[in-house]
Amino acid sequence: MNGQSVTAEEEFSTLPITTNDDVVRARQLVRALAQQAKLSLVDQTKLITAASELARNTLVHGGGGVMRSGLVERGGRRGVTARFEDSGPGIPDLDLALTDGWTSGNGMGLGLSGARRLTDDFTLASKPGAGTTVSITKWVR
Amino acid sequence: MTAERRGSERLVDLLSGQEEKLVGQWIEGVSHTLRGRLSAGELGHELRELYAALVAALRSGEDWRAEAFSEVRALLTELSRNRARQGFTPTETATAVFALKDLLAPSSETAQEDITAYLRLNRLVDALGLFTVETYAKTREEIIGSQAEQLLELSTPVVKLWDGVVAVPLVGTLDSARTQVVMEKLLQTLVDTGSDQAIIDITGVPAVDTEVAQHLLKTVVAARLMGAECTISGIRPQIAQTIVALGIQFGDIVTKATLADALKHALRRLGTENPAVAARSAR
Ligand SMILES: Nc1ncnc2c1ncn2[C@@H]1O[C@H](COP(=O)(O)OP(=O)(O)O)[C@@H](O)[C@H]1O
Ligand SMILES: [Mg+2]
Repeated sequence: MNGQSVTAEEEFSTLPITTNDDVVRARQLVRALAQQAKLSLVDQTKLITAASELARNTLVHGGGGVMRSGLVERGGRRGVTARFEDSGPGIPDLDLALTDGWTSGNGMGLGLSGARRLTDDFTLASKPGAGTTVSITKWVR
Repeated sequence: MTAERRGSERLVDLLSGQEEKLVGQWIEGVSHTLRGRLSAGELGHELRELYAALVAALRSGEDWRAEAFSEVRALLTELSRNRARQGFTPTETATAVFALKDLLAPSSETAQEDITAYLRLNRLVDALGLFTVETYAKTREEIIGSQAEQLLELSTPVVKLWDGVVAVPLVGTLDSARTQVVMEKLLQTLVDTGSDQAIIDITGVPAVDTEVAQHLLKTVVAARLMGAECTISGIRPQIAQTIVALGIQFGDIVTKATLADALKHALRRLGTENPAVAARSAR
């Protein structure tokens, strides 16, 4: 209920990502959380941009999926987590996918590697044929 | 004790007596209508909270507008807002509330007292269901309103700032399709006005991701192929830091802090190629 309270993982709100509009929605949702968590303007922008990259990857490369997001806390620090899940083709070579400039399509190939640099915590899990999950967190400084 | 009061109490007894079982039934019924589009955990949490609030409120009466029901109303508001945002239909949203009635549905053996309680619950649930639908509709309106606003903002016209200089201010959340439309319009205006200086101002853009950057870069290259030069202005500090962290390189593209700086730059460039223009802008 209370917008200020921390959300337990299983209560993260779920946003389907199946259209371009959903990518915009994902960005707006993460923006609202970043503001609630009182991230600095620079950190807000970094987190929103990372979320935008990952939401688009979920749509374009993963064939659609969901974003689960919420406020988190660790060691007295507040943060925002967004997790992107799809059950698409998966990523065969994680190191390659995380290489600056590498793309399997016509992108800039900076989305995954960039999102890792833009956030504090970044975890990428993927199984070819079974899908991809990327989770990012930005902590209040 | 009045009959009125007793009826109320019976309703609370019925609902709280078998709370676990009834809530379980409710969740099951509702999750069926949503066909798994909401996680069981989310739905369960939502309905459990609502059920507890409802029973608590009923202890002090049945007027859903009363102070005692404020928690119930708040939870319903949150529920309908979430459903509207997540794209559920009004029917799917309202059914969650109306399904409460089924929990006390009487059979031929139901005692008269319990039938009365059921009817009281019916009346209350009808009111709460309508309240939910109304909140849902309001939220949809807000969503549509903000989308229209974004569209409007993004149909921002390309303007001719000066003889030979056109500019486009980009405003709002950019998605790829819209950015592309604006960029194409800019290139067309360069041709139509015979301009060879273009300014793209991104002061009003909250975030530049790789896709937006790619459109910007493509536009600059296309403008060059047409013999024009493109300046990007209004890159705010947080955007600049983000672009750098992403690893995007703007190469030899001219960037300026403000639109005014970009215009000055464009006029200077025009001047070195065409002294007449320089004379005009110096006046
Ligand atoms: N969710 C995903 N599912 C499958 N493949 C992915 C996913 N996300 C990223 N990839 C792969 O990783 C590559 C690099 O991603 P990214 O750095 O965002 O670059 P881009 O999206 O511009 O291609 C993609 O080209 C794609 O092959
Ligand atoms: Mg990408």
